[in-house]
Amino acid sequence: MATLFGVPLQALSGQLLLGLINGSFYAILSLGLAVIFGLLNIINFAHGAQYMMGAFVAWMLLNYAGVGYWPALLIAPVFVGLSGVLLERVLIARLYKLDHLYGLLLTFGVALIVQGLFRNHFGASGLPYAIPAELSGGHRLPFMFLPTYRGWVVVASLAVCLATWLAIEKTKLGAYLRAATENPALVQAFGVNVPLLLTLTYGFGVALAGFAGVLAAPVLSVNPNMGADIIIVVFAVVVIGGMGSILGAIVTGFGLGVVEGLVKVFYPEGSATVIFVIMALVLLVKPAGLFGRTA
Amino acid sequence: MPEALLAERPVPASAAPLLSVDDLEGWYGESHVLHGVGFDVKPGEVVTLLGRNGAGKTTTLRAIIGILGRRRGSVTVKGVEAIAMPSRLIARLGVGYVPEERGIFASLTVAENLTLPPQVKPGGLTLKQIYELFPNLEERAGSQGTKLSGGEQQMLAIGRILRTGAKLLLLDEPTEGLAPVIVEQIGRTLRMLKTEGFTILLVEQNFRFAQTVADRHVVIEQGRVIDTIPNADLDANLGKLKTYLGV
Repeated sequence: MATLFGVPLQALSGQLLLGLINGSFYAILSLGLAVIFGLLNIINFAHGAQYMMGAFVAWMLLNYAGVGYWPALLIAPVFVGLSGVLLERVLIARLYKLDHLYGLLLTFGVALIVQGLFRNHFGASGLPYAIPAELSGGHRLPFMFLPTYRGWVVVASLAVCLATWLAIEKTKLGAYLRAATENPALVQAFGVNVPLLLTLTYGFGVALAGFAGVLAAPVLSVNPNMGADIIIVVFAVVVIGGMGSILGAIVTGFGLGVVEGLVKVFYPEGSATVIFVIMALVLLVKPAGLFGRTA
Repeated sequence: MPEALLAERPVPASAAPLLSVDDLEGWYGESHVLHGVGFDVKPGEVVTLLGRNGAGKTTTLRAIIGILGRRRGSVTVKGVEAIAMPSRLIARLGVGYVPEERGIFASLTVAENLTLPPQVKPGGLTLKQIYELFPNLEERAGSQGTKLSGGEQQMLAIGRILRTGAKLLLLDEPTEGLAPVIVEQIGRTLRMLKTEGFTILLVEQNFRFAQTVADRHVVIEQGRVIDTIPNADLDANLGKLKTYLGV
């Protein structure tokens, strides 16, 4: 069997794929966090809970309403996004004049409440969600076996990240968002409804988390704690990429997923901590993050 | 400059004010900066706010457009009371604002900066007309907004509100820190806008420049209007004005 640095190629590519899949979730989640932080200056600690809600909404759609994976991929993010719109209007909008810390505390509290509600109702053991028939099975590649669904996760999240990036960088609405991120008062003085822009942006960022949740449902089990587990790593990813940087969130998300996968092959003991070690190093050398702009 | 832009339009002499500021008070946090500012601007007029640094000129503009934290008194635009409105609705009354720091967005290209402010009234200049007015902007349309020179950024800041159809322009020191040749170009632009029927409220430090464009000068000191000088009488009042401005 072919090897690289004494590691079987099959194991290496297997871990690389796993890393890419984790990276896909990191990228979508940190992208949503970056968009929200950039415009709203809110560190959205509820992001993990909203990701979990996406997975649960997909599960409920299937089990209570018989709505399958493909419609859920659209319905669940819209539903989770709307819950975000409500949260922003009712609670978060009251905090814009206060310190960042209040937004963090509020969203952290919301996350605990939401996770608690789901744990009470569904238990903590996790619920199964089947891979849709169209994406089951896999392909035997020369160097590895590629499960179709895992390939789909990587492709779908890349596409969503790219579409989001294009929407922000190339459209009129994106120009409003970029301008309001820099100077909301002036954009408002031009006649743009900035409060509405904030609401929509929060809803969109949260919908991205919901989308990631649906993508995750068939590969990870649908579990009230799934968001709490991943969100800590995602925050480290955001810090490494640079708070508020869109491209930074995408690139570091995928990149760190792959790094984590590689570490699993060469030094498995370090795989759980490698991202935090990188975070510490980046903070020492470049406190604003790899792609962050220092003010 | 396009011919159509230069067509003279008569300004009625005794028209109702387009902008009326009365007993305007304003605060930056805890500090009370404006203490009852009051003046009118008639349609088609160019009025400058003159005064020393820190007199409250910029704060007055910020209070009019509604981005000052706390304000009280009365600001009416075309007779509509705007003191309690959020700034986005004041803009929708047909007010265009150029802030002192120009407010060019670094994450937007020149073209994106130019087309960012939404149309608030019909009848704004077209992109083509703005590019004819400021050819530099067209050449650099794809550049990052803040990569422009100071003069070009000022042209961009003025150009982008001409597209919106706003007919009342609030300009905060458009000549600050610019080379004389650029100042001259901005002066020509303002005179052209006046003949086009725009109404302009201009904050200036440089009364020599103000003299070349304005109909009237409102002098502000310590957050109050202390004098109003018609442009025709400026030379006669030069001594007094220099005392006001401390020059």
